[in-house]
Amino acid sequence: MKTRLTDIASVIRSKNSGPYELTLDILFNEQADFEKIRQAGYINEELICKLYSVTPDKIVSIVAFPPAKAIKATIKRPLCSGGLGETDVYGAQQHAPLLDLEFEM
Amino acid sequence: MQREEYRILSTTAILGYGFPVSSFEEGMKRNPHLIAVDAGSTDPGPYYLGAGISFTDRSAVKRDLEYMIKAGVERNIPVVIGTAGGSGGKPHLDWNREIIEEIAQENNLKFRLAVINAELPKDMIKSGLKAGKVTPLDPAPELTEELIDETTRIVAQMGIEPFIKAYNGGAQVILAGRAYDPACFSSLAVANGYDMGLATHLGKILECAAICANPGSGSDCMFGYIGEDYFRVEPLSPLRKCTTVSVAAHTLYEKSDPCILPGPGGHLDLTGTEFEQETPEIVRVRGSKFVPSAKNTVKLEGARLVGYRTVSIAGTRDPIMMQKMDDIIKGVKERVEDNFNHSDSGYYLSFVLYGRDGVMGALEPLRNAPKSHEYGIVIEAVAATQELANTICATARSTMLHYGYEGRRATAGNLAFPYSPSDFKAGEVYEFSVYHLLETDDPTAIFPIEYKDL
Repeated sequence: MKTRLTDIASVIRSKNSGPYELTLDILFNEQADFEKIRQAGYINEELICKLYSVTPDKIVSIVAFPPAKAIKATIKRPLCSGGLGETDVYGAQQHAPLLDLEFEM
Repeated sequence: MQREEYRILSTTAILGYGFPVSSFEEGMKRNPHLIAVDAGSTDPGPYYLGAGISFTDRSAVKRDLEYMIKAGVERNIPVVIGTAGGSGGKPHLDWNREIIEEIAQENNLKFRLAVINAELPKDMIKSGLKAGKVTPLDPAPELTEELIDETTRIVAQMGIEPFIKAYNGGAQVILAGRAYDPACFSSLAVANGYDMGLATHLGKILECAAICANPGSGSDCMFGYIGEDYFRVEPLSPLRKCTTVSVAAHTLYEKSDPCILPGPGGHLDLTGTEFEQETPEIVRVRGSKFVPSAKNTVKLEGARLVGYRTVSIAGTRDPIMMQKMDDIIKGVKERVEDNFNHSDSGYYLSFVLYGRDGVMGALEPLRNAPKSHEYGIVIEAVAATQELANTICATARSTMLHYGYEGRRATAGNLAFPYSPSDFKAGEVYEFSVYHLLETDDPTAIFPIEYKDL
């Protein structure tokens, strides 16, 4: 049976990291779930590319931060924040594609 | 004998966001050595930097500062403000300085104010550019003389040194222009001999005040203590607790790499950082290190005027129109272009559809797969003058209202307008044009300090 990310993560969010980058944070409730997802490498370049319709060169980094039981992915913004064509100046509403994720645990 | 901890009261996440008086009083009971607040952010976008306007409200900023300055002056505790007016340019600094002078006068307070400028003259950036001392922060483009000339305003993020200089100059209240967010908290701790790595990491947490607690809040105080080889954070409202996860999670916030955090003069290395739950409310942190860099650099931020904006807001509930939307937008753009093809200035015309990729745009995985039964439509025109933007927007709006698309049944009008007038002048439009590093030999020289005894 698949486990929904929203059932094991207490925080799933997006935000600008400077005007040129968008950073996605997933914070897990339990150490065990964090470790499983991290070790299985579920949150990887391919997944982020698919979820955000971007090519691998747009991925800045995908890193784990154990003290926060967190996995963080950072991508380049399609536009510098506030440029013509902007849809989300703060980058705070770009997390939704992560909410539907499910994993084989 | 071990020295006492250095104690810092951070009042709120951004000056003007407010704080409960009860939390502030709890903080004052702990005898802080420093009362500080970060006033800045690039989050609200390039407009505020370019236009020289604060994104926080004047009365709200005055309210917060009045508590801080009265308490600080009365008890001889330094009060430090980083990145005045949100963007930290000269007009932002003047705006905040006037507020402080009003507070001093109205409350009959006597103190020495230091004002630290962070807006750099363009000639200085040009000389730096010629000397090869300016490098872009990926993926910003290379800086050119032309781009510097076109840029309305360029600020540099100061590190701890200008704050320390102002403090040593006898300032009771320090008002700084653009500053590295942690510096207004960490600088005086470092001046008093506390560890730079611990002070900087604590500053990173305090700059957002109670956002690092659980439940988080952007409008409540937070207290920090620095010891010899640790620091501690404590919320000041009984509603909140700091947990190892809430504090560690904040370390991730708005940063690309949670372990290596670059700043002026070096980077913060958190690879060896440990978070420990000391009491149910307090978290103790150890192991954060500051690694100085070989060259001293400051980050530059600049914005330039792109034009003037007019927007029109409307909606549609017609499924036939929604199906034909791409054709309609294409048709409207062609009509507008045809109508103004003799106009000298170019313009930018866009249609954002809420209900179809309006929030995520190019990043949307469900692109062109709408399920909505209605669309919100924002028509946006940007042009070299407000008049031309008004004209382009009005023409696009009226053309779309009566556009005869294929299969149309509703011939009375295609758009539902929530307001009369339907079009809004949004004024100047800016974009970030400078996001670069400037190498400097002296981390204080480019940030001149002015003192005034109020």
